[in-house]
Amino acid sequence: MEVSMTGIYLAGALGLAALVFLNKNRIINYLLVIAFLFLQVGFTVYAYMHFNQTELHYFTFDGLGILLLVTLTIISIPAVYHSYIYLGSKQDNPGHTAIYFGAVIILLMALSAAYLSNHIAVTWIFVELTTLSASALIYHRRNNRSLEGTWKYVFVCAISITLVFIGILFLSFSLPQAGTEDLSFKNLISKGNTLNIFWLRLAFIFIFTGFTAKMGLVPMYTAGIDAKDKAPSPAGALLSSVLMNVGFVGIFRFYTVAANTNIHTWANHVMMISAILSIFVATVYMSRMKNIKRMFAYSSIEHAGIIILGLVAGGIGYYAAILHIILHSFVKSSLFFQQGQIYRVYKSKSIYDVGNYFKYNHTGAIVMLLAFFFSSAMPPSGLFISEFMIFRALFEANYLWLLVVVMILLTIIIWAFGKNVFKLLFTPPVEFKEENIEKINPMESLSQYILLGLVVYLGLNPPQEFVSLIQDAIQNLPH
Amino acid sequence: MTNVLLLIFTISLLYLGIAHRLLTYIKILAVQGILLFGIAFIELIQINAVNLTLILLETIVIKTIAIPLFLQYIMKRNRITRDTEPFLPNFISLIIITLIIIATFILSNTITDSRISRIFFVVALSTLFTGLYIIATRHKIITHVMGYLVIENGVFILSLAVGNEMPVLVNLGILLDIFASVFLLGIFVNRIGDELKDVDVDQLKSLKD
Repeated sequence: MEVSMTGIYLAGALGLAALVFLNKNRIINYLLVIAFLFLQVGFTVYAYMHFNQTELHYFTFDGLGILLLVTLTIISIPAVYHSYIYLGSKQDNPGHTAIYFGAVIILLMALSAAYLSNHIAVTWIFVELTTLSASALIYHRRNNRSLEGTWKYVFVCAISITLVFIGILFLSFSLPQAGTEDLSFKNLISKGNTLNIFWLRLAFIFIFTGFTAKMGLVPMYTAGIDAKDKAPSPAGALLSSVLMNVGFVGIFRFYTVAANTNIHTWANHVMMISAILSIFVATVYMSRMKNIKRMFAYSSIEHAGIIILGLVAGGIGYYAAILHIILHSFVKSSLFFQQGQIYRVYKSKSIYDVGNYFKYNHTGAIVMLLAFFFSSAMPPSGLFISEFMIFRALFEANYLWLLVVVMILLTIIIWAFGKNVFKLLFTPPVEFKEENIEKINPMESLSQYILLGLVVYLGLNPPQEFVSLIQDAIQNLPH
Repeated sequence: MTNVLLLIFTISLLYLGIAHRLLTYIKILAVQGILLFGIAFIELIQINAVNLTLILLETIVIKTIAIPLFLQYIMKRNRITRDTEPFLPNFISLIIITLIIIATFILSNTITDSRISRIFFVVALSTLFTGLYIIATRHKIITHVMGYLVIENGVFILSLAVGNEMPVLVNLGILLDIFASVFLLGIFVNRIGDELKDVDVDQLKSLKD
């Protein structure tokens, strides 16, 4: 039998995770996690070198898969570094640390496999695995509130994964009788016109609703908010960037199938309703939010809505949606990494307890300021480019009324976000004792600067390879 | 024969709506497991023997024996009170579940595809919505898990409708049991019964905006 790199990667990651679980020695665990990072980087490079090849029958290194895999690998390195700082500072039980890192390895492995999968059932299996590993991360602090967050997350995700499965069953009903039982995306796209419309519509509703729990859209977004709030901040960074992307992969790949059938317009309307409601919900909650971490989580809901609007608009919007989700991952993960430092300074996530951050952590405060500007899509942020393209696509697709509503909502979001961030940065906190403040090493903010720098670079001056990968990802959509 | 079993399954949903005690719920789940065993046996008799054995063992060992026994054990260990504590009176529950079944019947009339038998569609969808209804209208965490198990049974029936053409999908449905066992283990290990006093969803209200 031919040995494939994907097989080595999956087996290696599982093996390393098992070793990390079993091992209680801190140093050896860190070495094992570093070994996994090398495996992850090696696999990513291999995938890039073998563009458009299929391995183990179910994994194809296509444009979308490679883009998101590279994004994941870039974010995973600072995530492990910040987890190391987080766990070191808490003097945690070594058993809990082992479970944490083992869960991180399984999560990253499952995400990578789900990105690359070319078969909807295989995607489904690995998405199920991400829920299980993410719940171990959310439960890390082991108190009542994290138990509550974990319980809600697992329960809502279980319901949503069941909905996706029902969608897959309906999809299998929709296949034409003529001998095809193949649920790979490629086959579904090529057979697009022969699929039964009734079953396909039901399948779209169920699969879309199911994946909204991962991506963070109305109706199933609620569990993700609690999860990002209760998880340690490096894990929160993973949950609100790369785990969101897995929901996007599920929606995008199935949307590509639906877009090649007669239900394209109908599917656009379904997604449009969900997207506009998501932006609305994010606006409402962000304008009265007092918890910094939850505010970041709601900001992710807003961006997920914008990304879906890009798909709805079509044309240049397809390109912009892919660009937006990649750049958003970098911005949002750096915000969450930075939030870990804020918590160490103030020992609180409430906006009432923080303030004057520039005085206590100069480097971190600049990251915060930049990340706020970047997240609200102001130039030179790459998100400005992608949001501008999405708005242009909406305008060209004659969704002017929608564009006006979205712009008003986004303005309110910028006001709400800015109000809290400026309070954090400049207003002196009430009754804050300055004696025992932890000094934050400026080097800990380096990774955030690199991620934010990438956002500018990829947005303003995208390299040719990057552009052609995005074009490959959207090639099956009707133009 | 399949139709008879499916009808009994639908009646068990109505019984679920009026049951007062958690123990009755557990018994209904066990009965549903036996019914699923029967349906799977009749429907899937043509598929390969190893796979069939696996599916049948899953329905009988896990759905009918292991999960109900484990639920009973958790109830005793965590000292969960035996009432189901619904938000709505049982009479209204009965009416709503009946309406769910009628609605799926009407929806099934729009199916033009002759390959999929309508009765599977009707029973599966009414089971799904009954499960969601039970989750939405019961107080206890353990009843939520039972509601999820009901949903899972509905999904299993739906997967049997294509089981002959794509047995893989039935096997995938079995993976959903992993989730159910995670819930059960979660309650078991964390003793949610002790920690959050009454095992009531009202205890899960500290995370909100």
